Amino acid sequence: MFELLGISPQALFGQLLIGLINGAFYAMLSLGLAVIFGLLNVINFAHGAQYMMGAFVAWFVLEYAGVPFWGALIVAPVAVAIFGVILEQVFIKRLYHLDHLYGLLLTFGFVLIIEGLFRYKFGSSGQPYDNPLPGGQNLGFMFLPNYRGFVVVASLVVCLGTWFMIEKTKLGSYLRAATENPTLVRAFGINVPRMVTLTYAFGVGLAAFAGVLAAPIYQVNPTMGSNLIIIVFAVVVIGGMGSIMGSIVTGFGLGVIEGLTKVFYPEASSTVIFVIMAIVLLIRPAGLFGTAK
Amino acid sequence: MNKPIALALLALLVVAPFFVYPSFLMTALCFALFACAFNLLIGYVGLLSFGHAAYFGGAAYITAHVVKVWGWTPELGILAGVVVAAFLGLIFGSLAIRRQGIYFAMITLALSQMLYFFAVQAPFTHGEDGIQAIPRRHLFGLIDLSDSLTMYYFVAVIFLIGFAIIYRTIHSPFGQILKAIRENEPRAVSLGYDVDRFKLMAFVLSTALCGLAGGTKALVSQIASLTDVHWAMSGEVVLITLVGGIGTVLGPVVGAFIVIAMQNYLAEWGEWVLVIQGVIFVVIVMSLRRGVVGELVALWERRKPSAAGAEAKAQAAH
Repeated sequence: MFELLGISPQALFGQLLIGLINGAFYAMLSLGLAVIFGLLNVINFAHGAQYMMGAFVAWFVLEYAGVPFWGALIVAPVAVAIFGVILEQVFIKRLYHLDHLYGLLLTFGFVLIIEGLFRYKFGSSGQPYDNPLPGGQNLGFMFLPNYRGFVVVASLVVCLGTWFMIEKTKLGSYLRAATENPTLVRAFGINVPRMVTLTYAFGVGLAAFAGVLAAPIYQVNPTMGSNLIIIVFAVVVIGGMGSIMGSIVTGFGLGVIEGLTKVFYPEASSTVIFVIMAIVLLIRPAGLFGTAK
Repeated sequence: MNKPIALALLALLVVAPFFVYPSFLMTALCFALFACAFNLLIGYVGLLSFGHAAYFGGAAYITAHVVKVWGWTPELGILAGVVVAAFLGLIFGSLAIRRQGIYFAMITLALSQMLYFFAVQAPFTHGEDGIQAIPRRHLFGLIDLSDSLTMYYFVAVIFLIGFAIIYRTIHSPFGQILKAIRENEPRAVSLGYDVDRFKLMAFVLSTALCGLAGGTKALVSQIASLTDVHWAMSGEVVLITLVGGIGTVLGPVVGAFIVIAMQNYLAEWGEWVLVIQGVIFVVIVMSLRRGVVGELVALWERRKPSAAGAEAKAQAAH
């Protein structure tokens, strides 16, 4: 096989795959953040914590009820979404009339509470989760573990499904209209407050779904969300929150760039996304897919 | 602030170490200054920076390094911390002010996380261990700071200098322009103010003062570690300011004493400290948005007109 700058193709494609998988998580999380922000005007700081909760619910139902991974893929997002509905109804709802910053501060408080409780219960070490799809395919130029391939495909399906629902269906058109002008949409007899609640639940459920997908790859541990969410914030700044497709493309793209950085200049791999954010802010402050407000 | 209150607080600052552990007071004063510097942005320019740990912790590392490894005197060490924090603030600030509101918070958080990863990798920060056993040395090469009472008065003076700078800034014409930007940015632009320049100046001033607090803290606790640059530290300064009262002069100071005291008393509770801090966040955002000092001031002002009203009623009865 060919050699590229002294880097074996196995290493290159291996890192590309890891990049794609990280990108899948960036895409799913930034998508949820963007949908929630569009309608609620709240940056959901607890998004990472809810992703972590998704992974923990999956681990929990397997450990205590014997629900396999495929069941958890449905159970966990629903459970965490219900939790999200409670948060929205009891707390977040009461802050819509205030500055956006209070929503951020409130959800940051949720992060501390949720993470603190999980750390109290489980410590900061991880809980292992068995790979539901062992084995892999030899593609000739690289070895593709089945489960990792599944993660990339599943997240692509979910992301594109969300895009289709928001951009191409009647429900999505209500959502987009309510994002533009909630008062007018209410005047047409659509229950906007309920739509807001369900949107929050959907975004949170998406985060939990990503969490379940992550459980067999990374260890399930209480800090898995907060480490990820800050990177997702940078992804959101780079992409801008205006466009659904923009969030998906930016998420996957940045994951791949991060993976490539790991091959060519590993020292910078943990900071490359932040550097890209700085460059984007200099050249196109509104973000790649954003519109200046 | 009126004179009697200011004098009483000053007297309290002088006699406090004879009644309370100086090490607790020094830590609280460092965090009070840190929160005052943060409050300068959120309270008076309306900018929520979620990455102020970068300047606090960054300065702590610099001060620790130049004092311990290069053998600088403490005042020069702290000065080095301030300069580096201000320089970082200039770079990060000029990036962050390109976006507003919620994006500003996310950008400052992301940039501080970048500095955190840098601190994890850079050799001089010693990774997980941090820089430990930092000597306090002699102030100006003369006064021994290893005595905790001497160190306390040194910290108190630094706090007063920082506090005075912030107080002067808020009550200067420059401070008025900052408040105008907070209240109505487009209008400030239409009046011909270069809003971005004012924001950046306020940001650099705030980060420099964070550096002052961080550098001093490194000498007080004699350790500079990853905790100081972690996002949780950024959250902590937000919490302190929120508890005391955003946009009040004394709020961050009161908040610092409350939060640091709470952490001391709850230290053996481990993870519960995190949970309790989260609960405080939720309670304050939901129902006590003015914070302790803000609520007290509001209570005081509500009483005043009612007292005047009672007087008027009494007059009318006559």
